[in-house]
Parts: sequence; C-alpha cells; structure tokens
Amino acid sequence: MSFMSSPTNFFTSKLNDALGWARKFSIFQYPFVTACCGMEYMAANCAHYDQDRFGAGFPRFSPRQSDVLFVVGTISHKMAPILKTVHDQMCEPKWVVAFGVCTCTGGFYDNYSTVMGIDTIIPVDIYIPGCPPRPENVIDGLLKLQDKIQKGEQSRTLYDPRTKIGRPAELQAGYTIEGHIKHIESVS
Amino acid sequence: MTPLQRIQERFTAEIIETHAFRGDETAIIRPAALRSVAQFLKETPELDFNFLMDLTAVDYLFYAGGRVQKEFRFETVYHFFSLKFNHRIRIKVPVDEKDPEVDTLSDLWPSANWYEREVWDMYGIKFKGHPNLKRILMYEEFQGHALRKDYPVNKRQPLIGPQN
Amino acid sequence: MTQTRSMLLNVGPSHPAMHGVIRLIMELDGEKIKAVDVEIGYLHRAFEKMCETVMYTQCFPYTDRLNYVSPLINNVGFALTVEKLLGIDIPERAKYIRVIMSEISRVTDHLTCVGASAMELGAMSVFLYMIKAREFLWELVEEITGARLTISYVRIGGVKADLTKDFADKAFQKIADVRKVLIEADELLTRNRIFFDRMKDIGKISAEDAIAYGITGPFLRSTGVAYDVRKSNPYLVYDKLDFEVPVGSKGDNLDRYFVRMAEMEQSLRIIEQCFQQIPDGAVAADLTGCVIPAAQMVDSAKMGNTEELIEDEVTLDPTLQGSTRKYHDAINANKKDVVLPAKENTYGNIEGLMNHFKLVMYGHGIHPPAGEVYLPVEGANGELGFYIVSDGRDQPWRVRVHPPCFPIMAALPKCLIGDMMADLVPTFGSVNMIAGELDR
Repeated sequence: MSFMSSPTNFFTSKLNDALGWARKFSIFQYPFVTACCGMEYMAANCAHYDQDRFGAGFPRFSPRQSDVLFVVGTISHKMAPILKTVHDQMCEPKWVVAFGVCTCTGGFYDNYSTVMGIDTIIPVDIYIPGCPPRPENVIDGLLKLQDKIQKGEQSRTLYDPRTKIGRPAELQAGYTIEGHIKHIESVS
Repeated sequence: MTPLQRIQERFTAEIIETHAFRGDETAIIRPAALRSVAQFLKETPELDFNFLMDLTAVDYLFYAGGRVQKEFRFETVYHFFSLKFNHRIRIKVPVDEKDPEVDTLSDLWPSANWYEREVWDMYGIKFKGHPNLKRILMYEEFQGHALRKDYPVNKRQPLIGPQN
Repeated sequence: MTQTRSMLLNVGPSHPAMHGVIRLIMELDGEKIKAVDVEIGYLHRAFEKMCETVMYTQCFPYTDRLNYVSPLINNVGFALTVEKLLGIDIPERAKYIRVIMSEISRVTDHLTCVGASAMELGAMSVFLYMIKAREFLWELVEEITGARLTISYVRIGGVKADLTKDFADKAFQKIADVRKVLIEADELLTRNRIFFDRMKDIGKISAEDAIAYGITGPFLRSTGVAYDVRKSNPYLVYDKLDFEVPVGSKGDNLDRYFVRMAEMEQSLRIIEQCFQQIPDGAVAADLTGCVIPAAQMVDSAKMGNTEELIEDEVTLDPTLQGSTRKYHDAINANKKDVVLPAKENTYGNIEGLMNHFKLVMYGHGIHPPAGEVYLPVEGANGELGFYIVSDGRDQPWRVRVHPPCFPIMAALPKCLIGDMMADLVPTFGSVNMIAGELDR
C-alpha cells in the first residue's frame, strides 16, 4: 500500500522520530581518549557536570557495541591507522565527535607527527573546540549531537586540506568573541 | 674531592674540556673513553653513581647562527646521579656527523636501553652493542631523524590520509 | 600428543584503562604472563622540536601539556631551569605561590591516579568521589589562574598574577573537603578484601632493580628508598617547610597506593604551612591618584597626557587581574629584561611600552647567556628534569624533558612477568603512566 511505504508519509516519519528519540537518549560512547582532553572528559562524565542525565553516561569500550566515537585528545600519525580501524569496526548508524581543538584542526601542534584535524581521516559530525573544552562546552556539543541524532543526519564527507572543503564555516574562518556573542544574542 | 676533580685526575688525557656553568659539573670526553669513564663512575666507592638519570643528544648544526663553530655536529649527553652522596655530574661525548656511533651503556645501567633507542630515533646516532636498536617514538616507516636541525618541523609522512 | 604454545595478546593502543595510549604485546601461557613488550610513541607531539621554534615564554603552554594532570609542576620546572640559566632569583612571595600551586597539582595527580585505578578494579564510587575532590581543587586553581587544566600560569621571573584576597579562606575550606573525601576513600578501599587481595604482592619490583632502571618518585619510594628531590635538592622554599616523605617496603601495588595516599596528606600539610608563612603581597598604596579603566588610560596616554597617569591605578580585564603595579613587585623578579612591566607602566608611559615590546616581539625577548643547565624538580611521578641548552638567542636551542614515567615503562615487563593477565590492570594503574609526558 502506498501510504505505508513512501518516505514522507505519516507512519514512517513518526517511526523515524521515535527511533531518533530513542537513539539520542541512549548514547553508547566509545571514548577514544589519548591526551589532556581526557581529563575534561572524565570531569564531564562525573558528578559535577553529569553526562548521565542526558543518557550518555555509560561508555562502551568496544567499537561493536557503541554508536558514538568520541575522539578525545591529539591524534598522532602513529595513532591514525588505529583510529580508522576502530571507526570502520563500528556498526551503522554511527556518529563521530571531535573533542578538543587537537582533533578539530590540530591545535598548536603544527609539526611532523600530528594529524591536523581528524576530519581528514574520518567524517566528523560535531566539533567541540577548546584546549581542553570546559565541561559546559562538552554538554553543549552533546545536546547538538542529540539534535543531529533526532534528525537522523550523519556526516559522510572528509576534509580536503588542499581545496579546504569539508569543514564548517565557523571552524574555517576563525573565531572571534564578538561574533560568538552576536550569535548567542540572535539565538536567545 | 668533587666527582669532576676525580675524573680529571684519573682521565687527564681523555678529557677535552670541563666546566661548571651555574654549578653543574660537566666533562667533555673522547668517545673512546666513554665506557671506561662510565665504569669508573659506577664502581668507585667514593663516587657510586648508581643512577643514569638521563641520556640524550644535542645537534649543533648552525649553533649561534654559525658564529660558533663546533668541531663535531652531535654530542650525546649523560646525566649521572649518586643516591648515597647526592652528587651529580654531566658527561658529554662529541659524535661525528659522517659516522655517528657511540658505545652503549645498557649493560651497565638497564635504564640506558630505552634512552638510547630514543636518541637513535630522534638523531640517528647508533649505539654499538645495543640489544634492540629500533625506533621508539616514531613509527618504523618514518624516514629521517626528527630532532635533527635540518629536519623541517612541518614535514609530515602520514601513514593514511592526505599527504601535504 | 598435545603441543603447548603460548598465546600472543595485543593490549592495543586504544584501551579502556583511560590512561592514555600505549601498546602491550603480551605472551601468555594460559593466564600467566611470560613476556611483555611495551610500545610507546602513540602520543608523540614533538614537544622538544616545537620548543626550538618558539621563544622561551611561548614554551609554557607546551609544558602544560606534558604531564597534564599536574600541569603547574611542569611549568614551575621549566621556569626554574630558565631562571637557573639566567642566574636570577625571584621574590619570596612568588616562591610560596609556586609551591602552593605545585602541591595542589600533586594532589590532583594522585587523586586521578588512585581514582582511575580503583575504578578499574570495580570501585566506581571511589572514582566519582576522587573526581569530586579534584573538582574542588580545580575550582581553586581556576580562581587564581583562570583555567582548570592547561593553565600557563608561571612566568620566567615570577608568576602571572597574584593570589586573590580571600584565597586563603577558600583554600582552607576546600582542603578540609578534600580531606573528608580522602577519609571516605580510605574507608572504602584500604580494608576492602577485594582491593587488598588484588593489589597485595602484585607488580613487585625490588629496590636494586628500580635504581638500575633509573626509576624515581612514588614507584621508587614504595620499594623502600627514600629519595625525594624536594628533600635532597631543595628548590623554592621546600627547605623551610616541614613534611615527611612516605616510604613503602615491598614495592608492590599496595605499597604504591599507600605511598600516594600518604603523599596527598603531606601535600595538604605543605599548603597549609605555606599560607601561614607567606609574606605579604600588595604594596601599601602610596598611589595618590584615582582608579581608572584600562581603555581610558591608554587613550589619554596616546594623546600625551601622561603626567597624572604615573600615580593612577588601572582596572583590568578579568584575565589580567592580579598583574597591576600593586602586586607586580611582590611576584616578579626585579629584572627589566626578563619580566613584563606592570600594566600601568605598559599603558601609561612610553618606557613601559617599549619594555613590553622588547620582551614580546620576535627577534627580541629573553636572551639567556649561552650554556646548558639541568634542574630536577619533584613531579608527581618522580624526578622531572629539564635540560636546556641556550645559544644566546631568544629561542632555546634544545629543551629536553626527563620524563619520570619513561624508565618506569621500561621496567614494566619486570613487574608484570609471573603475574596473571588480570593483574595487568592494577599494576598498570599504579604506574600512573601519563602519555603526554612519556611520549612528549
């Protein structure tokens, strides 16, 4: 019957909404923790800034059992193939969060051994900048991730450093405090 | 007698230079004498240097913009510490650029094992007699030696991902 | 006939112990460990190479990220080494402030280590309690430095900003809270049958082996050797403070746990003594002028109206508070070629402005004499030594960090061989490997 199978009809869109709702409130994270950002990840997970109240409190340390890959901390070129392997082992649907500026763009480690942004290797959904990001930033990123999961969107593109295509505009253009305050005022 | 004076008295021919800049006693010795000096430091009861605290190397290419000409390009630097007498000494060994090779100290102090691997990885200085001289901080496919002054800081050799 | 072969197991770089990235290739005979090969380098961020490309003051953010659970100790070590190279001395108050911040960092490091290793043995509550205590201390650090983790607070010749007015009261309050948490953790862990059985006689190393491998810090002290850099080579004001160095006897995991718990208590004692001994800070206000905002001072100085400004006091942005002229001389050495001038002088007169520029612009900056120094400080894991070679320019020629956990990881096979696979977890937890320091 046509009304059961077309993608824009009432039942399947409600089903997608319900699936999105269920997925966003039970996030199983794989915390790929390497460096200093791990300390803020631990702080965001624990009592003061609890992540568990958003449903994201239980890390699953196996890529087969998790759906969000939190890449926390600098990725060096020695570690990059392992990151790609872990990402490939995860089952669909999967999302990637780049936690900390070293994973977003490389941070201030512009040298022979650091990957300048993991989006050159795996597609990234949420960028949480900061060195390390405050736990409030982390929770903001988590809420944005939940919005993305609700809509069922996933990022599939990698960043190409030669053409500079593939990163969000705010990350490319640079960050100013005035621009951020204007954005907050326009939203609230 | 301080450790530096004892070494000066015993190994007068092999010492190239000594100084005590800011209180750190330092002796620069010839490469051939490294093992005998090290054994002397370890086994003499009045010195008793039982800790090899640090082992590293320095590259003097274009030192001070080329105004100061050093005879050898590299120097391996050894920091020794004695727990009993609480004194320290630094030994430096100049290493030639064309054939950088130094004797190993890993049979006298097991801590030297990993430090020498790191010096090989970062500077390309080989250690004669080391049991397992392979890269420790970089991956095996990496070409070149990263901390040398002629290795550019940005030159990447990625295993996967875009080559820049 | 059955044939026995040992199994090769890879405890890979990304593993749940949340300690960082390291790879252990283990040869197992059933559950017993026969051989271990340790592979490091997965977090090599080229600290030493980056320091050669920037000026001395710009190295501080890189040093923060070495041992990122106790960043102030790295900062203090680097600053002390450069000050030794320059041959300058800093005021008493700055020394006490550095000691207070170092000891707070040491407590946060031990809290993280004991908490994480307890969590891996299943004691999740202890982890949550210790992270709660760590948050109390991070609030203190944030009050003074502005950031929780990567603070870049220490400068060559002093510290960035002075302590706030009611810092001592807040600190005593938080120290009391941290002590309560330590008592709770002690009650939960020390006589706990499971914890005790899993940690006792596991991961043993003898004192001779530890010395031969060049190990220092709580690892060495748990084997019975009382070596602490703060006692044998006192730096800053440690010779005026009264504290004990806890020493174990057997060199197993349980002794390391006890040593760390005792060290936390001693560090809290040191902080309390510092607050009693610290000399006064703000200079008595002999400034007869008024208090004006920074932008106004800059505007009037640009127009040339500088006569009145010499007596005025400026209100600064929150990130720069604590560095006005009132506090400047108490926390910074009196050396114009090393220390940035007070903000009133930078904004208000041309000499201060030029002084500021000469220290900040590329090609200028701090010029230590050509030479080399090595200075050890007591890091949370052991002797953290900085070896700096200078050639007289504004950028260091070579910065070498002696990482305290490097020799411990080299000796890890010795601790593990003979134990079972499950004993890897508590042993590795008690080693307190920090990858930022190990791989630099």
